[in-house]
Amino acid sequence: MATKILTEHINVPGIETFDVYRKQGGYTAVEKALKTMTPDAIVEEVKKAGVRGRGGAGFPMGMKWSFLAKPEGVPRYLVCNADESEPGTFKDHYLMKNIPHLLIEGMIISSYALGANKSFIYVRGELMYVIHILEKAIAEAKAEGFLGKNILGSGYDLELVVQPGGGAYICGEETALLESLEGKRGNPRNKPPFPAVKGLYQCPTVVNNVESIATTSWIVNHGGDAYAAIGIGRSTGTKLISASGHINKPGVYEIDLGVPVEDFIFADEWCGGIRPGHKFKALVAGGSSVPILPANLALTLANGEKRLMSYESLSDGGFATGTMLGSGGFIVFDETACIVRNTWNFSRFYHHESCGQCSPCREGTGWMEKVLHRIEYGHGHQQDIDLLVDVAKKIEGNTICPLGDAAAWPVASAIRHFRDEFQWHIDHPSEATQPGAVYRGEMALI
Amino acid sequence: MAEQEIKPQLLKVTIDGIEVEVEPGTTILQAARKIGPAVAPPAMCYYQPLKGSGGKCRACLVRVAAGSAKDPRPMPKLVASCLTTVQDGMVVENETSPQVVEARKGVVEFLLLNHPLDCPVCDQAGECDLQNFAFDHGRETTRYEEDRRTFEKRDIGPYIQLHMTRCILCYRCVFTADQITNKRVHGVMGRGDAAEISTYIEKAIDNDFSGNVIDVCPVGALTDKTYRFKNRVWFTKPVDAHRDCPTCSGKVTLWYRGDDVIRVTARKNEWNEVTEFICNTCRFDKKKTSDWTIEGPTKISRSSVISANKYRRDEIKPSFGQRLAAAEYKAIDDERDTSQLGIQQLAPERFAKVLPSALEPEP
Repeated sequence: MATKILTEHINVPGIETFDVYRKQGGYTAVEKALKTMTPDAIVEEVKKAGVRGRGGAGFPMGMKWSFLAKPEGVPRYLVCNADESEPGTFKDHYLMKNIPHLLIEGMIISSYALGANKSFIYVRGELMYVIHILEKAIAEAKAEGFLGKNILGSGYDLELVVQPGGGAYICGEETALLESLEGKRGNPRNKPPFPAVKGLYQCPTVVNNVESIATTSWIVNHGGDAYAAIGIGRSTGTKLISASGHINKPGVYEIDLGVPVEDFIFADEWCGGIRPGHKFKALVAGGSSVPILPANLALTLANGEKRLMSYESLSDGGFATGTMLGSGGFIVFDETACIVRNTWNFSRFYHHESCGQCSPCREGTGWMEKVLHRIEYGHGHQQDIDLLVDVAKKIEGNTICPLGDAAAWPVASAIRHFRDEFQWHIDHPSEATQPGAVYRGEMALI
Repeated sequence: MAEQEIKPQLLKVTIDGIEVEVEPGTTILQAARKIGPAVAPPAMCYYQPLKGSGGKCRACLVRVAAGSAKDPRPMPKLVASCLTTVQDGMVVENETSPQVVEARKGVVEFLLLNHPLDCPVCDQAGECDLQNFAFDHGRETTRYEEDRRTFEKRDIGPYIQLHMTRCILCYRCVFTADQITNKRVHGVMGRGDAAEISTYIEKAIDNDFSGNVIDVCPVGALTDKTYRFKNRVWFTKPVDAHRDCPTCSGKVTLWYRGDDVIRVTARKNEWNEVTEFICNTCRFDKKKTSDWTIEGPTKISRSSVISANKYRRDEIKPSFGQRLAAAEYKAIDDERDTSQLGIQQLAPERFAKVLPSALEPEP
């Protein structure tokens, strides 16, 4: 039943070259779109498909496209956000490295649909070899007439630029990305105005994730309705999941949205279960910023039903008993993982990556990291747990961009679900600081 | 009649239960300032004369209880009032919302986290936005016990010293350097709480208007080297004066100690904002009374130690705690006359939502 939209040909030898990609049916969507469809018709198909932004926020892509302001005489831009740096997420990297032409094809279709004549792929700086792959692929596509002036005789021009980032997580936030692309310091902008009205160089801009853009060629070929038929409810289509952690088969998997979480972890088709001799303890379902869930809540909803891999099901129960699908960075922990140490590690990341523009995030992320470090290394105080909850609460929702939320959620949720473990660290510092020591108290292990 | 047609439709906004009519495009903060200091949200980074400032400190967060008359849904998050423009029929809760009071308490705490609290030796003490803000909305004690970030003091140019340890990264000086002076050699480097205001590779700030970064700095991070450690602000007497200056407006405030001018600054309005920027010659080189035409004592109507014992109480903005206490006082005993406390626009019911939560002991 598993449909392969993005990864169908990913294992074909030489798929990164234009010729092989073309032989596998590549660029037919560009031909179809440019020769037979109007830009509005493509937007309509994407709307019908109901693709939700794959970068993490899950905002419907078609709706985002339709918000794009179209004033006369002002250029419009499409920017592909390939600054994938969320810990636990490596799907865009996998896609761009293996099948770069899929992204380029999607970029051509999307740019055509939005009326953009210059589009950017902003790739995180650490992935320099991927940037070289993309540049090579773009040169090939250009030589074959799929990029440049008057593509396929349709009169449509498109220039595609690959821009390496400077290696800052914050530049994955769309407005910080635009600032960085303009050559400025990557500080997120205050919204409104949204990029759809004033984006790159103050012109209307759409920023989409790699995976979102890559789906457009399939949607053009097969129609929006066919895409919407895959998946469950408002979570349509397939999603790339970057599975990592204590599982037998880590890697990138393309799943139909709506697969039960339990199947995804334990079925041989996907993660293949927890590593031998160990038990499932906790799950971070969508990249490090989403709330962590204990095993029992990860597999079942509060009402006893099976939890599914979909936007709605994963966020069922709000943050009390739910989490988010996010970017699909699926991190599985077994009982040997120390939640305190892990939370500290996440916190350390957000502290390091905060841009320092707004005060709650700049100061709060550092504070949380230091308190967590203290607890982990046996110097915690009784009031530290409440302090962390309070600090997280004061960061959440009060910052310019979602990095503040992303830093607060893992801390707040770890304490919500694993408070005993934090308490144990504070109560038994000498025991907890032994090498490899992990809380073995009462908890749901599956 | 024709004039009335050209006039833009005024928008009606309610802030903390007080209605005000403003022109389209006005921000919530400006609308609140129109009502008066008792309602105006604090602003640590927003600076009206500087384009692009605001949105960073999060001190001015307010709750929008109703977005507009057309769409009366509340906004999901607290919004930065300095950047959010008003809509007709918008209902804003400032210090009457427990959520806002709580968030502001958090912002004070965050801003003070890495602040050295060296007010006793800081030149800015007495006219410091952060002091006022912390006095208004902060808690009495700190919960932070880790090391604070520190930096070496650094001279940037012959007149200005940068005391980065005190900086709250409001970016005001960056905007000033960008917009007022002709060569920008001054910006923010580094990231997160390691970010610092810096001049590129120790390059000196050297242009006619560089001194203005001292005035816009809300804390004591950028100080006037000709005034450092000379005196305390509250011992000095501000006097408005002007001179015929070829480069700037020449309108300044002279700060006297006895008969000596010990400091020259630009004039600030009641929101502590410079309205006309002055040149370095006026600021640093003209420190004799004979250089100036005196206009008269500067009127200060904000809550600051400078105004202590010099002005009528009702001209001083009561702190949030004072307002709250007075509201509670009035709620308990309606007979008493709270005008003695110098508090205007005080209605206990306005604070109904805040009072119980604000009076609860700290967890």
